[in-house]
Parts: sequence; structure tokens; C-alpha cells
Amino acid sequence: MENRESRLDGNAIGGLLAEIFAVEMTSAEGTCAGCGSVHPIGRVEVYVNAPGVVVRCPSCQQVLIRIVKGSGRAWLDLSGTRCLEFAVAD
Amino acid sequence: MVELVTETPSVMTLVLSATGWKGHRPGQHIDVRLTAEDGYQAQRSYSIASAPQAGRLAITVERLDDGEVSPYLAGELVAGDRLEFRGPIGGYFVWDGTDGDRPVLLVGGGSGVVPLMSMIRHRSTIGATTSMRLLYSARTLEDVIFRDEIEQVAKDGVAVYQTLTRTQPPGWTGYGRRIDRAMLEEVAWPVRDAPLALVCGPTSFVEVAAEILVGVGHDPRSVKTERFGATGG
Amino acid sequence: MTFISRGFKGRRQQPEDASRLPPGQYLVPDFPVLSAGPTPHPALNEWSFTISGEVDSEKRWSWEEFRALPSETVTVDIHCVTKWSKLDTTWRGVSLDVLLDGVETAAEYAVARSYGGYTTNLPLEDLTDGKAWVAYEYGGEPLEPEHGGPARLLVPHLYFWKSAKWVTGLALHNQDEPGFWESNGYHMYGDPWREQRYWGD
Repeated sequence: MENRESRLDGNAIGGLLAEIFAVEMTSAEGTCAGCGSVHPIGRVEVYVNAPGVVVRCPSCQQVLIRIVKGSGRAWLDLSGTRCLEFAVAD
Repeated sequence: MVELVTETPSVMTLVLSATGWKGHRPGQHIDVRLTAEDGYQAQRSYSIASAPQAGRLAITVERLDDGEVSPYLAGELVAGDRLEFRGPIGGYFVWDGTDGDRPVLLVGGGSGVVPLMSMIRHRSTIGATTSMRLLYSARTLEDVIFRDEIEQVAKDGVAVYQTLTRTQPPGWTGYGRRIDRAMLEEVAWPVRDAPLALVCGPTSFVEVAAEILVGVGHDPRSVKTERFGATGG
Repeated sequence: MTFISRGFKGRRQQPEDASRLPPGQYLVPDFPVLSAGPTPHPALNEWSFTISGEVDSEKRWSWEEFRALPSETVTVDIHCVTKWSKLDTTWRGVSLDVLLDGVETAAEYAVARSYGGYTTNLPLEDLTDGKAWVAYEYGGEPLEPEHGGPARLLVPHLYFWKSAKWVTGLALHNQDEPGFWESNGYHMYGDPWREQRYWGD
């Protein structure tokens, strides 16, 4: 049980993702590069009490996304996400 | 900030006016950022409680005594103070009535009822006839947020089910235990009705509720969740 | 113009001796729990600590063997890159000097590996001469899982992300290989007194 409460979900980083992406990302769907499962970003596991934000696959716990912000810069690692699908205007 | 409303001994609603605010989608939140004089900053997310409205929004904040942001918002702020925030944020955990007649099950634990209240208020504002049920879990009757309004919406076509997990007052007719499978099976729409479920609250509450709903056969994609964590601060 | 929240101070404490706080740090009353994933719970009868990589022969200790090694109690200040510091924290653990004693290597760098997959890199010389421990007690009590128990690395002269929780080994390398945070923006060395938080600092 312990530590369970430190786990949030993708909704918690909607604001951070809005700084980086031009479209709303919590309703986007990400494919895990590890196990191939597809989840809406609003549903993935998110750890924010860390030096950066760590996003993990709810199916296999592999890291999907890492975001570090500091000194007017951000570092975005998407290597654990094979594909992101999101709505755009036609 | 224009107004402060005391909801429970530990919960306050902050009504904010914001120039250029175009309204929001029910379920969305804002990120509030506090900055001390020496530049120290703390940021937390708060769900919007009010129905969508231009220029105005309300957040409902639970004061956590070991928190950093909530004791300031629900303790030190006074009407007229200015607050820095960004939003509206989110698009996954929303219900804005554009989903046709699909029945909606709202499951809230503690202050997790806040974004659900925005959905309930929006339903009334737009005059939607969507079938809606609310299952709300609080510790005690004193901890029930929006108590009078919830009684009112029950008359307005939203079926309300409440459970008090710690103590129940004499004559209490609701549930008196933590959320469980039997309770959710009684309250939830049957799987064949393909309801949309929106579950919000502390992480463990949300995970238990979502696991049960998926376990009894609801489509995982139709069980949308938002975890508040334990503290939120 | 920066927005100031009237009357907001945060939950920080004023240090009695400001010279003990590295630049940009503040004191906290509690011990914040940072986690980048689920807390691992290795069973003690399956726990091990291994020194591997560029070594003549790998060294490995079971929990029982590890706990039989000479240990020491140290009181140190710790500094997290998220800007909190905590003074006079007391730990008990095994010095890396003990663990590295007799290890023949030409390697100059190490990567600490943890249960759960976390890694962090350090120069080997920052792990020797009484600067680093594998700690299993905090404040006289067994180290709680949320703080890295059963055992964590303790390298207090570097930012605390270098003090890997749930540590299970060191891999020695000839090159400095970036770990979990060092590969995504965080500084390769991480000296709090030189405020080496991010790449390029």
C-alpha cells in the first residue's frame, strides 16, 4: 500500500504537457515501446515527486516519458513511447 | 479572488474572476502557483467546481494541515487577493454533455467530488436530460462537501448515493462503509447500458473503484479516472 | 514583473547557520519522499549487492554477508536537487571503502544500479575515502522502503539523486555513463556547492 498515494495519473501533468505540446495531450493516446499497449495519457501512471516527471505504462510499468524542467529549459524523453495519437484540426 | 465560501470545517470554495477566461469543460483543472517574496514557488492543481462560465470560475480546496499550498488558499487568502494560475487544463477527464444520451456514473471520494460537481452543475445549466448517478464517499457527514446542493440535485434528476466511511449520524440511510464491489454493483448502471464512468479521489480510492468497475465488465475505456494523490498539499 | 502571492512563505525553516546551506537550497522540517516509480520490495533472502563491470572478479554479498561487514554511524547533511536540504541526518551503513577493498580495477567511474531499474553515475573516487556508504538504518531505525530500504547508497557530498535508493550494485566503467536522470537533463556530477543541477551548469 505505501507509496501508492504518490502515484498520480496523466491528468496531473496536463499543464506541463500544455507548455510543450500545441494540442491538449491528456486525451492523446500513447503506445508503450515496451509492451505495445495503448493508453490515454490521462490514464497513465505519473510520478511528480521526483527530480523530474516520470510517466509509466499502467500495463508494464516501463517508463513512457520523462520530463525535466529547469533553468529555463526542458528535457523531454519519449523513447519509451512508440507513438502518440492525438486530435488535430482537419 | 472575489469570494470565499466555507463548505466544511476543512474545505473552502474560492470564487475567482479572470479577465479573458472563456469558460472551461467540466472536469478540467487549473494549476495554481504561489510565489514568496524571495522567489520560492509552489504549484498545485485544483479542479474547477463551477459550471462553465466566461470570466469566472470556482475552485474548491481541502485544507491539508501538513500541506504547503492548501493552508494558504483555504486559510490565509482573503477576498480581493490576487492569485496566479493557468488553465483550463485537461481533456481526458471531462464530461460536457456532448456524449448524447449515454448514462453517466460519477464516483467521488472526498474532495474528488469537486470536478464531478462541475459536471452536475453543467448538466443543470444546459438543461440536459442525461441520466446521471453520483456515488459520493466521505468520512463523516461533516466532511460532505456541497451537502445542501447535493440534496437539491437529487430532486433535479441526478440519483445520489452517499457513503460515510467513518461515522454515520443517527437515522443515516446511506451506506456506511468503504466503497466495495457490492456497493458499485448496486449503484452502477448495468454493463449493457454502456455507461460512462468518471471516478475521482485519492489514488487508492480511484484504483479500487476503477478495478471493480472494470472487473464487473465495464469497458476500461469507459472508466475514466483522476487521481488526486494522498496529499496534493 | 514577477507575481508575488501576498503573505506566502511556504513550509521552509530558517537555518541557524546559513553557511551550511548550498546555494538555492532551503531547509525542510520533514523528510520528503521522492519516487520515480513503484517502491520495490526485495525480499531479504533474495537481496544482494554486487560489484561488477571492469573488475578482475565480481564481488557479491547476500544480505546476511553484507550485514556482517563492519558498519559505521555517520551524521551528514543531505541536499536534494529539488532544493530541499536536511541537516544532521544520522545513518548507519557499510562504507564503500569496505565494499571496494580488494577490488582490482582500472575503472574511474561507477553506475549504481537499483531494484526497480533506477541508475545513477558517479566517479569512483567520489565513493572512496570515507565519502560514501551503503546505508541500512536511518535515525536508528531500519531504513523504510519509501526512503530506499532495505539499503540505499549514501553520497552526501553530491545532490541526493546520486544516493540511489534500493541499491543492489555498482557497475564499474572506464567511461562516465549517464544514469536515469543524468541522461535527461541532470548534471553528470551534481555538486550542490557549485549548484550543478542541469546539463551545462
